[in-house]
Order: sequence, then structure tokens, then C-alpha cells
Amino acid sequence: MTITLVFLAGLMATVVWWLVRQTVSVSPWIADSGTEPIENTRGLHVATLKVGLGVFLGVATSLFALFVSAYMMRMEARDWLTLDDPAILWVNTAALIVASVFFQHANNLAKKQQLHKMLNPLLLAGLFTFLFLFGQLRAWQELNDAGFYASSNPANAFFFLLTAVHGLHLLGGLWVWGTTVLTSGSEQDLEKTVRRVDLCTVYWHFLLAVWLVLFTLLLTT
Amino acid sequence: MSGVAHDETAFAPPAEVAEEVLYHPKTFIGKYIWSQDAKVIAVQYALTAIAIGLVALVLSGIMRLQLGFPDTFSFIDPSAYLQYVTMHGMIMVIYLLTAIFLGGFGNYLIPLMCGARDMVFPYVNMISYWVYLLAVLVLVASFFVPGGATGSGWTLYPPQAILEGTPGAGWGIILMLVSLALFIVGFTMGGLNYVVTVLQARTRGMTLMRLPLTVWGIFMATVLALLAFPALFVSAIMMILDHSLGTSFFMPAIISMGEQMDYEGGSPVLFQHLFWFFGHPEVYIVALPAFGIVSDLISVHARKNIFGYRMMVWAIVAIGALSFIVWAHHMYVSGMNPMFGFFFATTTLIIAIPTALKVYNWVLTLWRGNIRLTVPMLFAIGFVFTFINGGLTGLFLGNVVVDVPLSDTYFVVGHFHMVMAVSPILVVFGAIYHWYPKITGRMLNDSLGKFHFWVTFLGTYAIYYPMHYLGFLGVPRRYYAMGNTDFIPQSAQDINAAITIAALVVGAVQVVFLYNLMISYFRGKPAGGNPWGATTLEWQTPDTPPKHGNFGGQLPVVYRWAYDYSVPGAEQDFIPQNQPPKSPPRHDEGTL
Repeated sequence: MTITLVFLAGLMATVVWWLVRQTVSVSPWIADSGTEPIENTRGLHVATLKVGLGVFLGVATSLFALFVSAYMMRMEARDWLTLDDPAILWVNTAALIVASVFFQHANNLAKKQQLHKMLNPLLLAGLFTFLFLFGQLRAWQELNDAGFYASSNPANAFFFLLTAVHGLHLLGGLWVWGTTVLTSGSEQDLEKTVRRVDLCTVYWHFLLAVWLVLFTLLLTT
Repeated sequence: MSGVAHDETAFAPPAEVAEEVLYHPKTFIGKYIWSQDAKVIAVQYALTAIAIGLVALVLSGIMRLQLGFPDTFSFIDPSAYLQYVTMHGMIMVIYLLTAIFLGGFGNYLIPLMCGARDMVFPYVNMISYWVYLLAVLVLVASFFVPGGATGSGWTLYPPQAILEGTPGAGWGIILMLVSLALFIVGFTMGGLNYVVTVLQARTRGMTLMRLPLTVWGIFMATVLALLAFPALFVSAIMMILDHSLGTSFFMPAIISMGEQMDYEGGSPVLFQHLFWFFGHPEVYIVALPAFGIVSDLISVHARKNIFGYRMMVWAIVAIGALSFIVWAHHMYVSGMNPMFGFFFATTTLIIAIPTALKVYNWVLTLWRGNIRLTVPMLFAIGFVFTFINGGLTGLFLGNVVVDVPLSDTYFVVGHFHMVMAVSPILVVFGAIYHWYPKITGRMLNDSLGKFHFWVTFLGTYAIYYPMHYLGFLGVPRRYYAMGNTDFIPQSAQDINAAITIAALVVGAVQVVFLYNLMISYFRGKPAGGNPWGATTLEWQTPDTPPKHGNFGGQLPVVYRWAYDYSVPGAEQDFIPQNQPPKSPPRHDEGTL
């Protein structure tokens, strides 16, 4: 559980640091005098949707950290047999990196309001994500054909489990990506499109980072 | 009854906060079924939680019949008994207490107390409730599948949870795990709303240190739940795979019913780590909202500011953070390294410090207060008593050398029911008596309320105090019947019979509470806007019950904290948070 605890310690330290800044010098029992400006209490100067995404990513990080903790605790048992990871995982990783790069490019263009130029990188980002997912399914197929079933060894089971959970997160993201693509042509939804592309970009970078951690773990153990 | 005049200037909109576009449905279904109004969602959560909680209450009554009068009721067999134990525990902890504190009170109070029109993501909030309801229905369905509900104990420990011979080891355990996964998905949707609404949608002037402690408690509990529930989710998914695909995450090599199973090398202790990594924060997921609510109840009904507000806030934060490093005190007898036991015993004792601070502050708030023994106040004081009792026995169990002989005895049952069941449920009752007038516009009947309090409060002591003694005698928990056991005297059976009678009385008196809820909705005394003379924003709404959007045309502006009671020189013994200071604010700030 050390990995999860390190994550939580970092998170809690951030929360405490933020709270200290908000609270230490405050005397809450003193009311406004009526001559001071009334404080604008929107504490985080970030869009509400982005704060929501940030909180969700905290939950997702906790989830993946716990899976990784379980993986590392389980691999200590004697029955653990290291898995030969399929080579296609390298191609898949490259596809996800490219998808993330295209999202960043689309986001940069969206922020400059160049929506007509943004559509192509946005579509390519989705396309490469689909390629990643098909590649992952291909990796499953290869393992299955080689007799590495989920029930035959915990290393195999964790491979299927971790890639499935990560893939499901990407599928959720692709649903938002799909609605963004569909509404991106509408002038009325301009602001909404820019916001969604921004959120998708953060989400994809996060899932790329998660995949790089998982891939490293799978390769090295 | 005292009302607060609604000063128009108090409702000046905050300049920087854009008005939210709320969806105002016109049909009955849109308003009350597929509602996006957090207050309606709160009531939906609360009613569902109470309904499923009543099922769990009936199950506990049946269990008590068996324990108090063994060999009397033929319809209770050992399998059914274990199923009732399991379902009672899980329903009470997750589907009643967690749901009612966060989904019920969280939804109702966060937007109102923060001065917001609604949750920040109302559609997601609505989905949250329907996923919760689905989780409850899946759980209830497990009673009716072949083999019945799981009887593996509420901790669902493998390997026995999925092995043949355990009741509900087929469909029952699968439905339980699916239901838990659904609950977590639904809660995550709601939890995102609670956290982000507190962070982003507070009205102008409502700084973090002016938030009522109720909001602080619910906020921190939600943060804990968002981080801890994934552990239960991970263990549920992995156990489903062990059960259905034959993986060996948790399942060791094992011979069951004379047959060698296909499992190999799995770790049941890994499951315990994951389960308790969720399970201990869960104690505080339930306790922190209770701490927050009881702080506000005591302050309002003692007409006194809460003692040590900043300390109370930091205690909530400290308890939340520490709750993640005490989980293995539930596993002293699991065979883990004794050095870990020492570490977790130490952290367990440390967490008692901020908790004790809160207790001292409640008592010091009561000290020389103008105490009004209203029904909510009775429940609040009952909570403080009970929490001290339950907390003290926690010090016993937190220490390895004391825990080992007491483990799996009725001492543990007595302890956790006092601290985790009776304490929070007293707060739930107190909170319902306190906020019912705002939710419905009518007061609950006072005499029925006091009757309900005294029977419940004294009755629970008649149930759980003797259990500590039974634990010292060594009476084991989870047993269907004791049989001929030399070390358990006959007097233990007499105590069990007495406990059962007390439990049935306490269970029956809840009917009085339900009757009060129903009859008062139609015939209760009109409450007015602010019957308790409270300072917080939910009592300052232009309408009671508040309409969708909460604050009418303009949002309130906050000028002070939530605890200005009995302020010397003030016209009344409370000053609402949105009451401007005597010298009016500058023209360009107060009104727009």
C-alpha cells in the first residue's frame, strides 16, 4: 500500500498547504466592518468544470494507485510468473503519445479560436486513440493465443485487468471527444467546444501518464 | 418562533459570480422524479436510505430473536442468520449511513449553507441518485436469487465469501459486489458535486472560515470517500474475477468440500488490506458529517458560538488525513507483521487527539450556554455521551495486546455499534428534527420526538452496554447459537434475552418516529422561516420550503461567521450570516 500512501500523502500535503494559506491568519469571529470590500469567495481561479475534472482525476489516480499497490503486493507470492509482454504494446504506446500530442495541438488552436484548423488534429487525436485501443485488444488476442489466460497466473490476470480499466477510461473520454467533434462546427457552441477540447486534452495527458506508469510496471516485473 | 426580516440589501448578488442557468421543469415528473434540484435529490436519497435501513433494522430484530431465544423460531436457520448479519451490516454502513449523510444532508445543506442556487453539476447529481437506487435494487434482488443473499459477513472476506458452503456464494456475492461497484460509481458522481460546489459556488463573503461546520464535515467526508471508495471498488472487481473467471487474486490453493480447487497462491490478506483501506476511512466518512452537524446543533440550541471554531476545522482535516493510516488495526489477528501492529496502534492512539479535541469543544460550547432542551439538542447531547463511550472502548481495541483476546467477541460488536451506529444515527435523528421545518415548512411533534429520543437513547444503552460484558466473558460474535459451551455461563443467555427485548422495543419505537414524520407533514405546526433562530443561510431563504434556486431573485451576501449567538448588544440572540454590519457597506459593493 506504500504507493497509495505516497499519493495520498502528497495530496493531503497539498490540501493542508492550501488550507493553511486560507485559514491561519483569519479570525472568523470578526464580522465585516462594512467599510472593507466584500471578499470574492471563488477561491480557485479555475473554471468549475476544470476543477470537477481535477477532482475526478484525483479519484482515478487513487484507483490506479490501489491497483498498482495490489499488483506489487500480489507479485511477492511464489506463484507469480513474469509475463512476456507483447511487442505491440510499444506501437500502442506510440499511438497514445501521438494522440496526446494531437490533442495538445488542437487545444492550442482552440485557444486561438482557430476552430476550422482545430478539427483535423482533433479527429487525428481520436483516431490514434482508437488505434491504441485496437492495439490493446490485439495484445489480448496474442496473449490468449499463446495460452496466457487470466486464470493461469496472477501476472496474466493483472495484465488483462489493468489494460481493461485503463481502456475503459479512454472509452469514456472518447464519448466526450465524439460529442465535441459533433458540435465543433456550430458557432453557437464555440465556447463549449473550446472548453471541451481543453478538458479532453488534460484527460488524455493524464491517461497517457497513467499508461506510461502501467507499461513500465508491466515491462519491468 | 422567531422570523428574520429579509433585508433586500442582504440579497445583493455577488458581482463576480455569474448566475447559474437552472433547468426549471414544469411537469410533476420533472420536478419530483427526474429532478435536478439538489433539495429534491436529497429527499430522494434520504427516503431510499431510510427505506432500505428499515429492512436492515428488521433483519437485526430477527437476528436478536435467534440470539435471545434460540431454538424457538424455526424460520431462522444458520444460513439465514449469517445472511441477515451480512446484509444488516452492509446496508447500515453503506446504503443507509453513507447515503443519508452525504447524499441526503450533503445535497440539501451544501448549496443552501454555501449560498449557492444548486449543485454545480445538477444533471450529474441527478444521475448519482438513480445509480444509487439501482445499487439498492440490485442488493435487494440478492435476497431472491438462488442461494439467497451472501452470508459471508459484512467484510466479505475471501476465501469463504465465494466458496461453496457459504450462504449466497453463487449469485448472492456477485450481486453484492456489483451493487457495491454501482454504489461507488453513483457516489463518485455525487461526491464530485459536493466538493466542487463547496470550492467554487460559495456566495460572496462566504470564506472557507465562515462555512458552518456541517459543511466542513460533509466536505471532508466526501474527500475521504472519493479517495477511499476506490479501494472497495478494486477489491470488488478483483473478487468478481476470482469468482467468475477463476483468477487467483485473493484465493489461495484450497481444498473445499473435499475437492482441490483450481485457485493457487492468492492472498486473502491482500483483500483485507484493500477492504480496510476503505473500511476505516468509512468510519470517518460517517463520523465527520455527524461531527459537523452536531457542532451546529449544539451551537444553535445552546445559543452560543462554537468553542474553538478554527480548532474544530483543523481537527476535521487532521482526522481525515490520519484516517488513512490506521486501517490495519482491524487486522491485528490476520497474521501480519507484529511491527505493523505497533505502528498502527500508535497511529490509532494519535487519531484520538483531534477527536478528543472535538469532544472537549462540544462540552465547552455547552458550558454556561443558554441550553434549550429541544429534541435536536437532546439527540446532540445523546450523541456526545455515546461517542465518548464508544470512543473509550476504541482505545481498548486499538491496542494489540488488548485487542487480541477481545477480537471476534461481543465486545467488538458493542464498541462499533456505540461509535459507528448509535452515535451517527442519533445525529441523523437530531438533524432530521432540526431541518424538517425547513424541508417541509412544518414542525415535528415535540412530545412524540422526546418520547422517541428517550426510548431510543436509553434502549440502545440497554442493548450495547451488556454486549461489552458478554465480550469479556468471551462470547464470540457471528455465532448462530452458542451450544454447550463451558466457559459461557447461563447468565450470558439471560443477558442475551434481555438485550433482545430492548432491541425489539427500540426497533418498535422507530414506528413512532415514522408516524411523526408523516403526520407532521400534513398536521404539524407551521414552522415559519427560522423557528430555531439560527444564523446560517438555509434559514434565511425567502421561501420555506425553499424553491428551486434557493434564494429567490438575488443571492445572499455573507458578512460574518455562522456562530454569532448571544452577541452582547445585539437586538436578538442571533445575527444571521447575511445581516449587514451596522455601518452599511459601500454603495458599489453591497448592492447591484
